[in-house]
Amino acid sequence: MLLAWLIFIPALGGFLAWPGERLGRDMPRWIALAALAAELALLIAIWAGGQGGTWLAETDRPWIPQLGIAFRLDLDGLSLVLILLTIGLGILAVAVSWNEITERVGFFHLNLLLTLAGVIGVFLALDLFLFFFLWEVMLVPMYFIIAVWGHERRVYAAIKFFIFTQGSGLLMLVAILALAFAHRAASGTFTFDYFALLGTARHSAIGFWIMLGFFIAFAVKLPAFPLHSWLPDAHTEAPTAGSVILAGVLLKTGAYGMLRFVLPLFPEAAAQFAPLAMLLGAIGVLYGAVLAFAQDDMKRLVAYSSVSHMGFVLLGIFAGTALALQGVVVEMIAHGISTGALFIVVGLLQDRLHTRDMRLLGGLFAKVPMLSAAGMVFAIASLGLPGLGNFVGEFLILLGSWEVNLPLTIVAALGLITAVIYALVFVQRALHGEPRDAAILPDLGRRETAVIAVLMAAILWLGVYPQPLFDTAAPGLADLRHPQAVHAAPAARAP
Amino acid sequence: MLWLLWLVPALPLAGFAILFLTAGRLKKPAVAAIGVGSTGLSVVFAFIVTGAFLAAPPAGHAYHEVLWRWIAIGHFTPNVALRLDPLSLIMMLVVTFVGFLIHLYSAEFMEADEGYSRYFAWLNLFMAAMLVLVLAANLLLLYAGWEGVGLCSYLLIGFWYRDPANGRAARKAFIVTRIGDTAFILGIIYLFLSLGTLDIAALMDRARQAWPVGSGMADLAAALLLGGALGKSAQLPLQTWLPDAMAGPTPVSALIHAATMVTAGVYLIARTHVLFMLAPPVQLAVAAVGAATLLLAAFSALNQHDLKRIIAYSTISQIGYMFLALGVGAWTAAIFHFMTHAFFKSLLFLAAGAVMMRIGDEHDIFRMGGLWRRLPVAFLTFLAGAVSLSALPIISAGFYSKDIILLAAWQSGPSGPGLWAAGFVAAFLTALYIFRAVFIVFFGPMHTTPTSRYGWRIVVPLSILSVLALVGGLVETPAWLGGIAAFSNLLAPALPAYRGMAAGSAAQATVMAVDAFIAVFGVTIAYFAFLRRPALVTRLVTAPAARALSRFWLAGWGFDWLYDRVLVRPFVGLARLNRGDVIDAFYSGVAFANCAANKLLSETVNGRLRWYSAWLAAGSLAAIAIMMFA
Repeated sequence: MLLAWLIFIPALGGFLAWPGERLGRDMPRWIALAALAAELALLIAIWAGGQGGTWLAETDRPWIPQLGIAFRLDLDGLSLVLILLTIGLGILAVAVSWNEITERVGFFHLNLLLTLAGVIGVFLALDLFLFFFLWEVMLVPMYFIIAVWGHERRVYAAIKFFIFTQGSGLLMLVAILALAFAHRAASGTFTFDYFALLGTARHSAIGFWIMLGFFIAFAVKLPAFPLHSWLPDAHTEAPTAGSVILAGVLLKTGAYGMLRFVLPLFPEAAAQFAPLAMLLGAIGVLYGAVLAFAQDDMKRLVAYSSVSHMGFVLLGIFAGTALALQGVVVEMIAHGISTGALFIVVGLLQDRLHTRDMRLLGGLFAKVPMLSAAGMVFAIASLGLPGLGNFVGEFLILLGSWEVNLPLTIVAALGLITAVIYALVFVQRALHGEPRDAAILPDLGRRETAVIAVLMAAILWLGVYPQPLFDTAAPGLADLRHPQAVHAAPAARAP
Repeated sequence: MLWLLWLVPALPLAGFAILFLTAGRLKKPAVAAIGVGSTGLSVVFAFIVTGAFLAAPPAGHAYHEVLWRWIAIGHFTPNVALRLDPLSLIMMLVVTFVGFLIHLYSAEFMEADEGYSRYFAWLNLFMAAMLVLVLAANLLLLYAGWEGVGLCSYLLIGFWYRDPANGRAARKAFIVTRIGDTAFILGIIYLFLSLGTLDIAALMDRARQAWPVGSGMADLAAALLLGGALGKSAQLPLQTWLPDAMAGPTPVSALIHAATMVTAGVYLIARTHVLFMLAPPVQLAVAAVGAATLLLAAFSALNQHDLKRIIAYSTISQIGYMFLALGVGAWTAAIFHFMTHAFFKSLLFLAAGAVMMRIGDEHDIFRMGGLWRRLPVAFLTFLAGAVSLSALPIISAGFYSKDIILLAAWQSGPSGPGLWAAGFVAAFLTALYIFRAVFIVFFGPMHTTPTSRYGWRIVVPLSILSVLALVGGLVETPAWLGGIAAFSNLLAPALPAYRGMAAGSAAQATVMAVDAFIAVFGVTIAYFAFLRRPALVTRLVTAPAARALSRFWLAGWGFDWLYDRVLVRPFVGLARLNRGDVIDAFYSGVAFANCAANKLLSETVNGRLRWYSAWLAAGSLAAIAIMMFA
């Protein structure tokens, strides 16, 4: 049952934090931090006591046995690193909302922790019904975070976010049910168990369409071009903590879903669909980057840069080689850190300046040098500088995609150029230039410095010593690769 | 003692880390101590390692040091590993030594600047990245250093960030070089997938065994690497960023945009010369690009008013000579010219900086004049640099290196005379444009009055570099001047020796004599044209055709204009046009259609009985009609 506690601890923490408000305004924050610390300790304990092999831990309890629904959670290396990212960014999200969120603090932390609980559950659930349930759990509290604590157009953005995710979730529900029924038709038992369903789609005529249902749901979340248009609004209007969790963690559930469900459940259909998916990925890389360049709003710029990075992720997932999949894992973590950090930097700037419009900014280096340097470091990470995490991810994805689809690999590689353009334009318009006025702004405070320092250390570690991450994720990834990957594993062709 | 090698890049990196983490809180003397001191220690360790290497050369003349495992996925196992062989040894020595002198110079030059700490942080980071680039044992780590120096170049060109023009120049440098870098990274991927390793030594061995000369695979691999080299080394058609890069502080121009970073492309090609030897068409392209670039840039240098831009175009031109040498297979000559160029070109920049800092940061040579009396140190050192750049025979380092290149070009087969002719004409132009600067800046009437004095931190680097610019070429001399071959002997284990025609042949002697003569001729013409009879030149350049041509050259042959129209404007225009995201418009359309349909249908629920019965009747009629006619 240990794995179940990984979901319950944040949820319980949330329900304690809500009324905790009455004990003091900062009480919910401390409760949230305590819950996340406990969560982290538990995860590390599970990891350390892992049973070896692909699956580090598992929990399987009947839930609604009449319908073949179980409470089934499994932890492998892939889930582990994504949950670590979730907890880490969760802690930072609490830290950065310390000054920003001043109303209904308890309710905010309830929503934040429930979102995290849902996300962690999504990374663990291997009963498809449970997975769908947790998929919905992470959606509703995020809707509230955007709608209640967001910026100017928060209601519009929240509704858009909800409709996109809910509509695509419905497709996924239909696909899950179709898969379960197909399995019953083939074997006579009705179950939502992931491992039982693994071979089902192979024998089903409508396997491709079921796959498409899953794919669209995950592609909306990722988001993949052309289903991305909820993202700029949601990211921009959400409060900083919301943007960090959205970009850092929620998008990864889309990529995770493709890795965990689309590839293993539908290997043939996924292979058949791969060229189109990779095309969408490559288009996303360039489309997101060009749009990021054109924005005036800093948060929209960062949001579109996410579309670009997630294009790489989509490309790598459907390339499916060992190198590409490892690249996808690094890219997901690195994107979570660098983009989360950029949202934090932009949020801190907005706190001080009350605007995100780069037409009104400039010369911040002279006023808040440390904050500006932080912005520059993460912009540089975002453009893929070797030595920082994103480069490792993007390079491995390109390396792993080359033999699968050369033209699309080259198109995606052009994203290395466009990334420089938007990242440096951000640095120029916001940070460089002559200061607009003589107003004195506070630079990074102690808590803010700590947040930024942690993120910088993490992105640097990913860039120079990512091997522990590869080693952790490798066993899980080995099981996910679809048949297409077999011929594409690079062999040393020494003469 | 060889294991100390890791300290050479690590010390400047540590300097950067300290300066970055203290975020400008240190006092200026402490900043200078860390910034200059870390590089100074790096020089010390570079010399210790060199001593150990030369005293007892390791097996195969290469020392391999694995620092840690970077990435290991299946067969893909690039390490963070350093490799010291004669080629990287020379690069390391030049980079650390010249780099240290420029750090020392900077300590005084930048003293009044508010960004002193930031400046040394970036400069130290640059040193670390550049040393990683030259010492990297595999292509991926080399690429990391490659991008690292590009980043530092960006940061330092835009160092004075308050002026948006500097930011524009910095971005231009990063973006243009990134275009080449993307070809480079694709080349790295292609090499790994074809040959199964990225370790440079193993890669070269496998390429030699797997690919025959002229194989299409070798062509492709070499061409992709060449793309990276063209961007970083500012060769045609990616040369446009370098003249604008002069927006940075002058010592930065000396270090990054003259002595070290911009020659990284030359190093890359020399490092992977096996690939280029397997790909004769690409190697010929290297020579052709070099010849075209050196000529075009020399014409542009002749027309600049800005002293730094003259030297910048001169850098493009001189790297063109190095590419020419690589293209004709004179590998050691390219590295030799890299070394002498590092001496004389950093000297020219530092001396130019010493002039400009004393006359209110004036860049226009026509507002200078007659400065030799008032600024003797700057004058003499600039003169030493100019002599070396012009390759005046015997007394200058540039002569020895350029001499070999021109000779090798002449002897390089059917295209040889053409390549040589380009180099020959440019040699004349080189002497002409740099002595044009000398005569206009230091002689003639004075237009400005210099202020203040130089401290030792400026005088010492200038003096050392002057000596090197004059005598630094004596490590490799032609047969009639002693035939010293210390440099090529040292490089012999790393780079194939150049097999020219037999020493002492009549043709060789003629070519060398002509080459030596042309430099002297160029200086003489410059003397008459710009000092004795400036009226002649004035009359010449005021002719309408000449003025148009001059403007064309001044603008760098219209490349910026072309790229702006063909690439920049369409990109920006397209991005602006789609700022609102056309995809989102689709979803907005769906939402709008839903709302409209809702409104329309709500209209029908209006509570009027007559309205309802009318619709009932209409519906019944329609149903009857369908039944009757269907």
